[in-house]
Amino acid sequence: MRTIKEINEKIRKGEVVAVTAEEVIDLVAKKGAKRVAQEVDVVTTGTFGPMCSSGAYFNIGHSKPRIKLGGGVCKLNDVPVYTGFAAVDVYLGATAMPDDDPRNKVFPGEFKYGGAHVINEIVAGRDVRLEATAYGTDCYPRKKLETLINIKDLNEAVLFNIRNAYQNYNVAVNLSDKIIYTYMGVLKPHAGNANYCSAGQLSPLLKDPDYTTIGIGTKIFLGGGIGYVAWQGTQHNPSVKRKENGIPQAPAGTLAVIGDLKQMKPQWLVGTSMLGYGTTLSVGIGVPIPILDEKILENAARSDAEIVSQIVDYSQDYPQMVSRSLGEVSYAQLNSGKIIVDGKAVPTGNLSSYSKAREIAEELKTWIKKGDFLLSEPVAPLPNAESGYTFKALKERPIV
Amino acid sequence: MTLKRIVLHFPHRLVNEPIVYKLVKEFDLKFNILKAYVTPQEEGLMVLELSGKKENFDKGIEYLESCGVKIQPLSQDVIRNEVKCTDCGVCVPICPTGALAVDPHTRKVHFYDNKCIACELCVKVCPARAMEVHF
Repeated sequence: MRTIKEINEKIRKGEVVAVTAEEVIDLVAKKGAKRVAQEVDVVTTGTFGPMCSSGAYFNIGHSKPRIKLGGGVCKLNDVPVYTGFAAVDVYLGATAMPDDDPRNKVFPGEFKYGGAHVINEIVAGRDVRLEATAYGTDCYPRKKLETLINIKDLNEAVLFNIRNAYQNYNVAVNLSDKIIYTYMGVLKPHAGNANYCSAGQLSPLLKDPDYTTIGIGTKIFLGGGIGYVAWQGTQHNPSVKRKENGIPQAPAGTLAVIGDLKQMKPQWLVGTSMLGYGTTLSVGIGVPIPILDEKILENAARSDAEIVSQIVDYSQDYPQMVSRSLGEVSYAQLNSGKIIVDGKAVPTGNLSSYSKAREIAEELKTWIKKGDFLLSEPVAPLPNAESGYTFKALKERPIV
Repeated sequence: MTLKRIVLHFPHRLVNEPIVYKLVKEFDLKFNILKAYVTPQEEGLMVLELSGKKENFDKGIEYLESCGVKIQPLSQDVIRNEVKCTDCGVCVPICPTGALAVDPHTRKVHFYDNKCIACELCVKVCPARAMEVHF
């Protein structure tokens, strides 16, 4: 029907037809998939929610005299960073906590400030306190460093998230008789609430369920700037059960993404605190789907009513690795505010912001229409449902 | 009939006075205590849902003010920080009074402060910590 090269030509000329993954649903309902596939060049998706396996690496520049942070200890605003690299490269993870944070010693812990919050402050252009100690070498003699740093002075500041943009996610309930505090939020006893976490019909991988267009090298909206799909994300699990429409019925594919933090914006990388669980980074991601054929368009036009997820108990089943679904619900049902669990109406809450996902899809559409964002050809595909790629549990073995 | 949710700040000298009792006895007002802190040597705080005939309600408020009780509507004390809120909606099923709800069209979270009873359950549940209480 059309190639990415042809779409880019239209983007350059300002003739491209781009719509969001939400708008395309109504278009197809009105005009039919065949006609819309001929008219629309790109469908933009979006998602904004907590994504724990996120972080950023920095090269802070060499001090005089030099210090080797590698193998030493380094903290940014009291939050420890990983130093196991060369002299002045560090990696800050979203869930890292200051050493003196009480964590869950006073239960449930509040987790007010962690790595994700530091990333947010760095992106916002605020000065951050760096404190480091090192063992000292002949070539790197310094043993102590205390300084303010700012993103504008760093050599590199790169967001590198090893698992983002989950293709579908569980609906969490608590079947026990006491309140529990989880990464899916606070869950009231006796299935008092059901929390879910997906942009559903706007979510990137749900709109390209077989990874036909999204692959390694795909250029994306990341944290308000431009990023790329670096690899499949960790725990990528394309082989889960799928509906006849090809959409996974449970958590499946994931993306590892990378991009220049210096171009990103604090409102799309938000430090987030899960009561009794920890800190995490809410990340904004938008992926363009080039409409290369009618099948791709049909997939991109799936609505919340056609996308389903599994209800999972987080009091016993999830922590004990028991694979059990308490039922299947669609995102349309989840978004209605109530679902039925075991005959009882349960109010629902989304951890992922649909209105922000919508904003991202709109913004990416604007970039494309204005000619500011050209699509990239993936350089390699992500492992799909036929690849045999799986997500394995740990087999523990005794250390002899 | 008037019904309002109000926050009363009692100066230290009034902590031992049966002020709410007088609101019932002399002004025929109904009350529902939503929250109360009475700490010795400090100011007392009470969040009340107060209702009654308009005339009595106004007189009751006048009485409170004449005693030196500082009064303000509850809606001024529980605030949603619009910059921090990401409109996710995880607070919605936690709120016991429906003061937090998702608008089906905009899909943004609305805070109806007139329904809020200042239970503060949303404060720590909010991942972005956007709900603020300023008593």
